[in-house]
Amino acid sequence: MGYTMVEKILMHNAGLDTVKTGDIVITKPDMFMVHDIYTPYLVDVLKKMGTKELENPHKLTVVFDHCMPTAVANNDSIHYQAGIELAETWKLDKEKIHIGEGICHTIMHEKRYALPGTVVTATDSHTTTYGGGGCFCSGIGTTEMAAALTTGELWFKVPEAIKVVLTGSFADGSSAKDLILQILSDIKSDGAQYKSMEFVGPAIKELGMDARYTIANMALEAGAKCALFPVDEITAKYFDMELDEISWVHPDEDAEYECILEYDLSKLEPLMACPQGVDNVHPVSEVLGQKVHEVYIGSCTNGSLDDLAVAASYLEGKKVAPHVRFIVAPATNHIYKEAIKKGYIKTFVESGAIIIHPCCGLCCGMPYGLMADDEIIVSTANRNFIGRMGTKKTLIYLSSPAVAAVTAIKGHISSPANMN
Amino acid sequence: MELTLTGKIWKFPDDVDTDTIIPGKRGTLPTIEEMGAYCFEHLRPEFASSVKPGDILVGGKNFGCGSSREQAPACIAVHGVKCIIAKSFARIFFRNAFNSGIVLIECDGIQENCEEGDIVTVEVNKAVTVNGKSYPISQIPDNLLEIVKDGGLLEHCKKINKSKEV
Repeated sequence: MGYTMVEKILMHNAGLDTVKTGDIVITKPDMFMVHDIYTPYLVDVLKKMGTKELENPHKLTVVFDHCMPTAVANNDSIHYQAGIELAETWKLDKEKIHIGEGICHTIMHEKRYALPGTVVTATDSHTTTYGGGGCFCSGIGTTEMAAALTTGELWFKVPEAIKVVLTGSFADGSSAKDLILQILSDIKSDGAQYKSMEFVGPAIKELGMDARYTIANMALEAGAKCALFPVDEITAKYFDMELDEISWVHPDEDAEYECILEYDLSKLEPLMACPQGVDNVHPVSEVLGQKVHEVYIGSCTNGSLDDLAVAASYLEGKKVAPHVRFIVAPATNHIYKEAIKKGYIKTFVESGAIIIHPCCGLCCGMPYGLMADDEIIVSTANRNFIGRMGTKKTLIYLSSPAVAAVTAIKGHISSPANMN
Repeated sequence: MELTLTGKIWKFPDDVDTDTIIPGKRGTLPTIEEMGAYCFEHLRPEFASSVKPGDILVGGKNFGCGSSREQAPACIAVHGVKCIIAKSFARIFFRNAFNSGIVLIECDGIQENCEEGDIVTVEVNKAVTVNGKSYPISQIPDNLLEIVKDGGLLEHCKKINKSKEV
């Protein structure tokens, strides 16, 4: 019997010859990350444990992205100061402290911290993102992070796996976001609970790294422990690694999967997760014409250079509707600079967009753009939980950057199909 | 590592969620001891006052589903419960329970052959036995059992740190 991708990566890290579903393996994670929401709690637990030195201080990345710059006096600055204390007291690498440089999950692969075939963990649910690059990565709590940093070890149970077979190419106006929304619609918000989602098939080569990271990021919304893409030439090129070194990150032909899902990308139409649930998914064609007050393009799900390129392609030479507040947040400073070079930022500004600095921002209910009662937003983020982007009466629709861009232009929910 | 636990059974159904274990509104109480007084307050109001150290919980599938709150297993552990047997556990509860000093045993079958108040014996990494019948169980590595023996992850790490100083 062959192995799934998650089994191969866990075996490789733990130095085991074999594993099976349900086994508990002791890994030595290759990289850890904490962001500024959890820095005060991590510092507190490390002190309670009496941890004077981390097992390997070079393995911890700290990203200031949720409370950066500070928005609430006193409260947010505690998170900032704790991050600085963490870095100084436990002697972290200065270059792994990223203050206001962008969203943690995008930084983790952009800076090549979350490498193919490695084990990475962070104190955040969307840690599943790096699976787009064939990295096993899953979120943990703060106490456990403190312990793992102290001992250098972290246990994982070998999960069951779901195989997702992709064929075809996206039709005009559809993208990676529509695929993961379709999967959420089909298996619901607990459909991959605890499991590894593993993507295979001829269409993988049609998906760039940004698309793979979008899918792996939002697989968490189905409860997935991890969401893995096999390593190929595209992965090797992104990480500037030899394919031969990492090509072992793919499932065996005879690996055992709990179930198999199949998607023909050419059949996917533009979709939206409607208020208020990530699995309340409908075709855009069913909600056309709904007036919106705000449109947000950004987040660790859809704030990449590819995402900005798609949005800019629709917005080139156009103006957004006068009543719409249109906010664009590039995911990182690197993406921001590239988007300036390629003219996307100029396109957005001329269309009437407000460009904000790279941060988690509105996606996690932080500035800027918090909404009022009964206001409606179309957002490219990953969660439309009640109250997440404003009041509990704000209505949130989640979509791809293409749907968001054409909706901003029209001022009401619109389909990008046949628009360009 | 050998570890045998014997205790009186408290029986629970499928899908016991963390809100059932400790309601979210109790999460602001200052200590786990105070929170523990409300453990299972809606499903089993007598639990907190009558559970004894060493008692063993037997649940169905997906025990500990829902919110990831670390307080849920801590509120059970504070009563001296050292073991929960269930058909399956939710992912984050599984982690948090071992970290709180509770041994979790995945076992499908015992549920149909035991009643509340029966005595069950758990031989870790071997079998569980109740009413004269034994059932196979999942394997747990020594490192996790060390955490349980030390009384949870925080105490375990304190011990590791102290041993480094010597």
